[in-house]
Amino acid sequence: MENLIAKHIVGQYELEEYSDILTIKTNKNSLLDVMNSLKNNKALDFAQLTDLCAVDYYTYGETEWGTKEATSTGYSRGIKPSSHGRIKFEDKTLPNKMENRFCVAYHLLSISNNNRIRVKVYLSDAPPIIKSITSLWPAADWYEREAFDLFGILFEGHPDLRRLLSDYGFIGHPFRKDFPLIGNTQIRYDPNLKRIIQEPVSITPRVLVPKVIREEK
Amino acid sequence: MKEFKNFTMNFGPQHPAAHGVLRLVLQMEGEVIKSADPHIGLLHRATEKLAESKPYNQSIGYMDRLDYVSMMCNEHAYVLAIEKLLSIEIPERAKYIRVMFDEITRILNHLLWLGAHALDIGAMSVFLYAFREREDLMDCYEAVSGTRMHATYYRPGGVARDLPSKMPKYITSTLKNNEQIKEQNYNREGSMLDFINDFASRFPGCIDEYENLLTDNRIWKQRTVGIGVVEPERAIELGFTGPMLRGSGIDWDLRKKQPYEVYDKMNFDIPVGKTGDSYDRYLVRMEELRQSNKIIQQCTQWLHNNPGPTMIDDAKVAPPSRDNMKVEMESLIHHFKLFTEGYCTPKGEVYTAVEAPKGEFGIYMISDGANKPFRLKIRAPGFPHLAALNEMCKDHMLSDVVTVIGTQDIVFGEIDR
Repeated sequence: MENLIAKHIVGQYELEEYSDILTIKTNKNSLLDVMNSLKNNKALDFAQLTDLCAVDYYTYGETEWGTKEATSTGYSRGIKPSSHGRIKFEDKTLPNKMENRFCVAYHLLSISNNNRIRVKVYLSDAPPIIKSITSLWPAADWYEREAFDLFGILFEGHPDLRRLLSDYGFIGHPFRKDFPLIGNTQIRYDPNLKRIIQEPVSITPRVLVPKVIREEK
Repeated sequence: MKEFKNFTMNFGPQHPAAHGVLRLVLQMEGEVIKSADPHIGLLHRATEKLAESKPYNQSIGYMDRLDYVSMMCNEHAYVLAIEKLLSIEIPERAKYIRVMFDEITRILNHLLWLGAHALDIGAMSVFLYAFREREDLMDCYEAVSGTRMHATYYRPGGVARDLPSKMPKYITSTLKNNEQIKEQNYNREGSMLDFINDFASRFPGCIDEYENLLTDNRIWKQRTVGIGVVEPERAIELGFTGPMLRGSGIDWDLRKKQPYEVYDKMNFDIPVGKTGDSYDRYLVRMEELRQSNKIIQQCTQWLHNNPGPTMIDDAKVAPPSRDNMKVEMESLIHHFKLFTEGYCTPKGEVYTAVEAPKGEFGIYMISDGANKPFRLKIRAPGFPHLAALNEMCKDHMLSDVVTVIGTQDIVFGEIDR
């Protein structure tokens, strides 16, 4: 498979580790060339776009609970905000500049050869912009709208980049790691105004189980 | 003469044929649809984000609530992803139980689909027949997990508990006397496997009943033949999977092509359509009911002859037995750690997919080594299907929208997530 890819693919790419299926990493300038050869080269023939997934790598590998040294005070629930479960609206947690914060992962399926491949593109700039692949796979249309809605990734050349899953008039991109889990606003019916109103959330963020990384012994 | 232009029509979100909360904005030219723009997200619960803030095991229950008519298949993809990350192998018996319940789930899903689809396009009685059989399978869900729908029965490492040795029975009430109750309980005297066996032996006759009502029915054919035709190449490009793809004539089923659990040991066929219209997709699903029934029979036979463990013997993943907890310190600690902190998975990313009743249900999971998934993406089969609604409805009549929604087997739990 790797040889086949090396032989037929057009554009820059490299292989990525820590993955169950063959994963190639490309950049946003080569994306369309790579995707075009994956789909249209008859030896590869990845005719179906199974899935498109956006990822926000902010707080990747960061924990909320140390496992290296023992403490005398035990675990405190009032520790400083970092994860999306702990922060609330207007908590500033983001660093100024993050390299490769966002990633778009494409899962492709070849029905004729019965194999899968994953293509990943990392994006650093703000706002993250990437080329749309709707011209290759029409299935990408809604997947890209979803990624735009939930992560704020802009797809250049998408015919109709509207929000898909969030409410009409929603502000923010809810699946980013700096978006609080409890949300920003809540809605209710106001009997005096006789309409639905939006107001800041009244619940407080809390985490029942802190994030922990334990090394294998 | 007054000139008429296209007009816009709103369909849903509270429409009985919209199968949940679908809002469609239709551009009509008279009664012909020029374009359909689905507005979704009214049932969006951010399942993926919620799962990222919880230990692995606590999200299994969310999976049931995605496609809420094929509950265990969703759980299956999720626990497979965790098992792949942990690189663990589950006991043989658990694999057979999972396969059996996957197929029970497929029948549940297809029965609901059949009933609702027929009801939408004008055949009332099928619904009543379909729900009669559905009730028996719901009882199986209840017997094995305690709930009729949201089972949380599959766990990383196997299944929550072995199949029950007794089937729950009806009891005498003011409405039914002893004689009637005895009649109702005729197939509940033995174990759950006996009950399923009894079901599987009479179910093919039930499918004949549904088919008698529909397959050669003139009105049914008028409503479905030639409606929502998708060419095979186009179906692949649009991301179709499951019966939607097979209805267009593509022989693709993950159970055969990329078998998981013990599907490679099962003897069954994959029905494939010809024309790619709604009627062929109906025929494909009807044959799938028969094939699922065949798989269930093979599973019950194996399960009957092969008792054994249904959960791996690894205290880091599976909870210790209740008895051991009372006498062993180790078990108590493991239990405590498992239910407070959970387990950490190695760093990496996996994609697992199962052939859910609606198509390929996939889980893409990224782990950074923590006790929670760093990113969880749910690949719902209905999502690309609904995205193609515009294409499938174009130049059809307004009433055909209902047929197309029905034939796509839309459930909003999984599309909105």
